Formats: sequence, structure tokens, C-alpha cells
Amino acid sequence: MKLLLEKDHVEGIRYYDTYRREGGYRSVEKALKTMSPEAIVEEVKKSGLRGRGGAGFPTGMKWSFIAKPEGVPRHLVCNADESEPGTFKDRYLMEFIPHLLIEGLIVSSFALGSNATYIYIRGEYAWIVDILEQAITEAKNNGWLGKNILGTGFDCEIYVQRGAGAYICGEETALIESLEGKRGNPRIKPPFPAIKGVWDRPTVVNNVETLAAVVPIINMGGEEYAKIGVGKSTGTKLISACGNLNKPGVYEIDMTISVEEFIYSDKYCGGIPNGKKLKACIPGGSSVPILPANLLLKTAKGEQRMMNYESLSDGGFATGSMMGSGGFIVLDEDQCVVRHTLTLARFYRHESCGQCSPCREGTGWMEKILHNIEYGKGKMTDVDLLWDIQRKIEGNTICPLGDAAAWPVAAAIRHFRDEFEWHILNPEESQKRNYGIAHYADERAVAV
Amino acid sequence: MADQQQLFKVTIDNITVEVPPGTTILNAARKIGGDVAPPAMCYYSKLQGSGGKCRTCLVEVSKGSDKDPRPMPKLVASCRTTVMDGMEVKNITSPKVIDARAGVVEFLLINHPLDCPICDQAGECHLQDLSYEHGKAGTRYEFQRRTFHKVDLGDKIQLHMTRCILCYRCVFVADQLTNKREHGILDRGDHAQIATYIEKNLHNEFIGNVIDVCPVGALTDKTFRFKNRVWFTKPVDAHRDCPKCSGEVQLWMRGDEVFRVTARKDEWGEVKDTTSGKPGWICNDCRFDKKHINDWVIEGPSAISRHSVISQGHYVGIEKPKEVLIDVMGGRKPRLFLDIHDVSEVNKPNIELSLIDGPATSDTFNGTKKD
Ligand SMILES: Cc1cc2nc3c(=O)[nH]c(=O)nc-3n(C[C@H](O)[C@H](O)[C@H](O)COP(=O)(O)O)c2cc1C
Ligand code: SF4
Ligand code: SF4
Ligand code: FES
Repeated sequence: MKLLLEKDHVEGIRYYDTYRREGGYRSVEKALKTMSPEAIVEEVKKSGLRGRGGAGFPTGMKWSFIAKPEGVPRHLVCNADESEPGTFKDRYLMEFIPHLLIEGLIVSSFALGSNATYIYIRGEYAWIVDILEQAITEAKNNGWLGKNILGTGFDCEIYVQRGAGAYICGEETALIESLEGKRGNPRIKPPFPAIKGVWDRPTVVNNVETLAAVVPIINMGGEEYAKIGVGKSTGTKLISACGNLNKPGVYEIDMTISVEEFIYSDKYCGGIPNGKKLKACIPGGSSVPILPANLLLKTAKGEQRMMNYESLSDGGFATGSMMGSGGFIVLDEDQCVVRHTLTLARFYRHESCGQCSPCREGTGWMEKILHNIEYGKGKMTDVDLLWDIQRKIEGNTICPLGDAAAWPVAAAIRHFRDEFEWHILNPEESQKRNYGIAHYADERAVAV
Repeated sequence: MADQQQLFKVTIDNITVEVPPGTTILNAARKIGGDVAPPAMCYYSKLQGSGGKCRTCLVEVSKGSDKDPRPMPKLVASCRTTVMDGMEVKNITSPKVIDARAGVVEFLLINHPLDCPICDQAGECHLQDLSYEHGKAGTRYEFQRRTFHKVDLGDKIQLHMTRCILCYRCVFVADQLTNKREHGILDRGDHAQIATYIEKNLHNEFIGNVIDVCPVGALTDKTFRFKNRVWFTKPVDAHRDCPKCSGEVQLWMRGDEVFRVTARKDEWGEVKDTTSGKPGWICNDCRFDKKHINDWVIEGPSAISRHSVISQGHYVGIEKPKEVLIDVMGGRKPRLFLDIHDVSEVNKPNIELSLIDGPATSDTFNGTKKD
């Protein structure tokens, strides 16, 4: 089932004329002419859409929290920072069908009463900025933006703001600070952005994919949308698959397929190159816990693991993980978990904003210990020490980056402790990385 | 009476207080005082927006409120969380809090050397107290620490970044007290540092207050550095007629010499309000340039909490404890139940302990062991 990427193969879909010819901007007509803002929020609630930026919070509910003080402007901000390692779905969407995002933004701005809407985009996506700006100009020239849109009296402008390329600026309150021209430090909540956001005005921050999904929701109606998928995982989800896969890329799935099908079927990732075995996978972007093959394909209860919010998090962090932002990173049997964990730890250390002591100091400490282990200088006590450090960061910080730094380390130790210990006990061998660790690989999954 | 303000009941470590809505847990706990008040390194009552960063004040909310009794899922920063009616909070009674706080202290000490014997802030440093109360004797950190050169921020203030714990207080001072923002934080994460824009000097009439707010020894007063240890000096309240600030200060004296001038601070280390009710920040002139006793009208000795090492040697109105046991017992001789010299050879005054092989055991004691 494709809703967002349905038309991505149509030549010229990036440009307004083609997009419009293919049925684009219908949702704006429908929403602005026939629906009230409240009705749109209601429709989004009915759709069961969950935020696609990582946390999976129900979008309709988030929208209904926005404060509406008399005479105070409100803002919608599109989070196009997309800096989670392994996640590159928003980029695909913006690059190939920018008008879908603009369309979603117009409808959402109307629903939230935002006359000035921002797209905060990561600095490295410079070429996408041009694409978006062109799309905005086209939309404006054709009367979908600006003053008195479609004669309904609704005014809306969309501004593109480039970040300087800091992961932390994807966190919604840091994003708001950065948008205001300040250092991108997360704010201490409460107050939440729905009460005090950009310039202290009520603000909603949503992910690119979330906002794009508003278009099919309005076109088909919330109830129809909710029928796609399963349980509380309604609609379709973009998954950016990478790592040891025959066909890495961005896939739109409805959330009824199994993880096994996603990895091995030719419709999606087409299996693992060179006949290698699956060792592990980080299913939702680098901050979510890594799962070894056996727990990835089957839950702890022995049920098939599905590509949806509930199934991926089934078992909690002990035996499950998270859907997160949909960055699906696959590791084959030759990959070294210690090295991967070090790479991630280095990333989080570098990206910590440095406001709170546990994250600022803890991420650096973890990286140094992992560095020692990886380069043959580890001690057996280091594993427990790492465990203790991550435990003292998690839950004790201002923003979830602390947790995002702690979880990968925790999960790696939880599921691959013997690999860490092997590294420590065999410092020289581990440098050659020829330590058969195939016992982690899932035998059953080889020949699907 | 009808519009009398409603008060919220909040119970912290089993002690209940009533506070106005909008009060933070930290300030409610400070009302109780003592050990119940969580430590706070980054919150500073006189600086807007401060707090929430260092995480030393984390507490457990075991009951949200009367209306919604669910406990909060995570520990919360008490300096930024406001109380609800019927809230129940655990600070020192929560093992989770103690554990998390020990973690925070360990993190803070990674890049803050415990060089208290040579640090100018010794005796006034909150991290020193904190590491004493929550720290461990050793550290598990085995890597190189951050190092920095000392930086002179103008001719009166010195910055030792090695000791900075990035609490942001000085940044708030520069932002909120002075009319030109001159310094802030560069870089991110554990490579973040307090810096002025390309090592510019700090010139601002009130910038000296950064020294007072710094909870550790990262910002020090160059007119005082190493002239004396703070606990050897005597704090007295004094004032002068100052055109720029209230002129209400504390002088740190030895004999008739004024060694240092600071703002007056309360029990929590925060600047007190002046007698007219305004926050008592002081200007650079009062702080750095008025070091003669004739510049000041002395009001009297400052009240210093006995908790503080500063009170060492100068309590006001305190009776010194009697030293000799006989004095304590009102002239009576202590009654000995056992004279150890009678029963133990090892305790005989003429026995040289160093000559006994190995440890003295109960056998030696009972006289059953022969050499
Ligand atoms: C460190 C950090 C980085 C984040 N980066 C992004 C990001 O790049 N893109 C994004 O959409 N959300 C990101 N988020 C999540 C946002 O804070 C926020 O939850 C999201 O934009 C809300 O949109 P949604 O409700 O549509 O998911 C990040 C969160 C954290 C803690
Ligand atoms: S958790 Fe890390 S990134 Fe988030 S506010 Fe604290 S130091 Fe900054
Ligand atoms: S210099 Fe002092 S006041 Fe400034 S951030 Fe560092 S520790 Fe805090
Ligand atoms: S004093 Fe509360 S977090 Fe620093």
C-alpha cells in the first residue's frame, strides 16, 4: 500500500504542474472549503496517525493540546532536521515530492491556525532547500499560499529555515531555540511548546512524514486511513533501510508485514548480500535498542515480529526495541557490535548539547571506555562500568538525547555481552575481527 | 478573608509544609531546610531561567497530587518542578535519588579536579560539600581530564575552565545584569566551554557578580586570589553610599584589613535582597576598588551558617565546649570500669608495641600467649 510515495515514479512530480495534474492539492480544497479547523483535527484524531519523528505520539491529540489564547498567533513548525543516524526517509520525500509536504503543511496550518509556518531543515540538506523553496514559490503563484487562500480568508506563509547541522536541533525545543536564532539547547519542560513555543507562542512541531500523511487522511477520511495497518499502527510508514541489505532504500509499508518479510522478500530489502547471515538490527534509528537476529524475527513469546509500533516494542527493552523514526539498520554476521556501539557513542558524545551533567560527561566517558575495548585496551570491569554509566544517564537528563545515548549501549551489553568480553580477552584477535560470532545469526532466516 | 490565597500542602521526606501555588519543590524543601533541601548547583534564585541543568537536585515524586496520586515516572529536577496540592516527594529518603545524585556527583567530578587545597573557592564551594556528602573516595574514571589555560577576563576576573561545571549561572548574570552580553558557551557536550568572544575582556559595571554566582572555583576575584583562605577572614556586613548599586556588601577582613568584598548571601549561597527589597547585586567599584575600611560603614559581624567551614573560629554568641573530661563532669573523676593497663601487657606504658611480632590478639591480651 502506498499513500505518500504512490506517485514518486511519475516523471516531473517534483514540479507543480505535474503534481497538480496527478491530483495534488485536492486536500487543501477539501479542507479549506468544506471543513472547519476543528473538523480537521477530529479527522486526524480518527485516523490514529502517530508522529513519525520518533516518539510516536498521537498527532491528533497533540494538535488538540495547542493553547488558543485570544489574539496570540500560533505556529506550526515542520521538523525536517532528520539527523538520526540511519534515518533518511524525510529527505527522500522532500526531494522527490516536495509538494506533498507543502500541501500537508497548508492543511495543517489551517487546522492549527498558523499563519506563519516554518520548515526547519538540516543545513546539510542544502539542495533540498532549493527544491522546497521552488515548490513554495510555485504553490504561492498558484494561489495555495499567501493572503486569502482560495477566497476563504485564510492567510498562510511558509518559511524555510536552515539549521547548521546539529542533531540536537531535531529535538523540538532545541529546534525552537535555534529557529529563534539562539544556541540550540533544549528547553526545560514544562512549559511545553503547545503552550509556549516559538517566540513564546503556542506551537506544534511535527515531523515531515507526519505532516505529509495529513494529505491522504483528508482525502480519504480518517476512518478509511485508520483501516490501513493494524491496531494503533495505522496508515503507512516510511522505512529507510540500510546496512547489509541487497536493496537498501526508502520503502513505504503498511504496518502489517513481518520483519522477516521486510528483510528477505524481493519486494523490499531482498535479503542480505553474499549469502551472509543476519546478526542484528537496529530497527528504528540509531537511538533505539539493537536486537539480535532471534529476537528481531520473533518476539520473546515466539510470535512473529511485525513491522509496527506495538510489535517492535513488544517485550519492552529487555527483549524488544522501538519503531522510532523508521531507520532500519541491518548488521550481517561479519559486523562487530562493539565497533558499532563505539561509533554510535562517538556520535552522541559529539552531539550532546552539554547542558546537563549526566549527558555531557557520561556520553564522553562511555565513548572512551568503548574506544579502549574496541582497540584492545579494555578491562573486564569495563563492561559493568559501562552498564552503570548508561543507567545513571538514562532518565536523569533534560531531553531524550541522554536516553538516546544510553539505550544503544545498554542493549548492546544486554544482548552481546560475550562479544564485549571476547574483545577484552582477545585483544589481538579482535583487531583482526575473525572471531566466529555466527552463533548470534539466525539459522532459520537464511533461506527465506 | 475570602480571597486569602489558597496554599498547597506538600510532603517532603515525611515533613509537610504549605506553600503558595507556583512554588518549586526545591523552594518548598528549603522552607523545611536541613538535609531535606536538595543540593542545587545551577539554580540561583535571583537569576531568571536558571536551574534544570546540573541535575543535582533530582527528587522522586512518589505521589503527584491529591487529584492525581500517580507517582511521576522519572526523577524530576526539583528546582524546576512546581508543587501540586497533596504532592509527596522523597529526597534523602529515596534510594533512587541517592543513587542518581551520587551518579551526578561522579559525573561532575570527572572534569572538576578536587584541588580544594589550592582552589580559591575552598570553603565556599558547593561541589566540595556535595562530593563530601555523596562522593566516593575513589573515581572510576581513568582518562585524561580536560585541560585549559587560565584566562584573564579583564584585569579583575580570572577563569579556570578546568574547574567549570557548566552551570550557566555566569552566563545568566552576563545576560540579565549587564547591558552587553559578553560571554557565553562555545562548543557542545563535554567540549563545551565558557568563553568570551575571542578572549575579549569583560567590561561591565556589574560583571563582578559572576564571581559570586560561580558555585565552584572557576571564576575568581583577582584582587583577592590567594591573599587569604576564606575561613581565616572575618565576614562583616557593611555599606557605603554608592551611586551605582545599593552598596550593601559583606567585607571579608583580617584585623583592620579588607581582603575581599562580596555581595551578601543567604544560607543557600544566593545573593540576599537589600534592605530596600531589591536584589543585592553589587557593582564592580564596590567589589574591586573599595578595599579600605574607611570606605565603609561597618554594621557588624555577618551571620554565617554553622554548617559552613567559614564559621570556623568565629561563632557569635556561642559557648565554647569544655575540653577536659573532669570539667565536663562537673569536677567528678570519671569512674573506670576497667584499667586496661592492669589486664593487658601490650598496654603497659613501658611495653614497646613495635617490638611485638605480628598483631596483638586476644591471646596477648589475656596473657596466654608467650613470646
Ligand atoms: C535528540 C533528538 C533529535 C531529534 N531529531 C528529530 C529529527 O531529526 N526529526 C524529527 O522529526 N524529530 C526529531 N526528534 C523528535 C522531536 O523532538 C519531536 O518529537 C518530533 O519532531 C515531533 O514530531 P511528530 O509528532 O510528528 O513525530 C528528535 C528528538 C530528540 C530527542
Ligand atoms: S540530555 Fe544531553 S542533549 Fe539533552 S539537554 Fe541534556 S546535555 Fe543537552
Ligand atoms: S564559570 Fe562558574 S558560573 Fe560559569 S558556568 Fe562555569 S561553573 Fe558555572
Ligand atoms: S539545581 Fe536543579 S538541576 Fe541544577
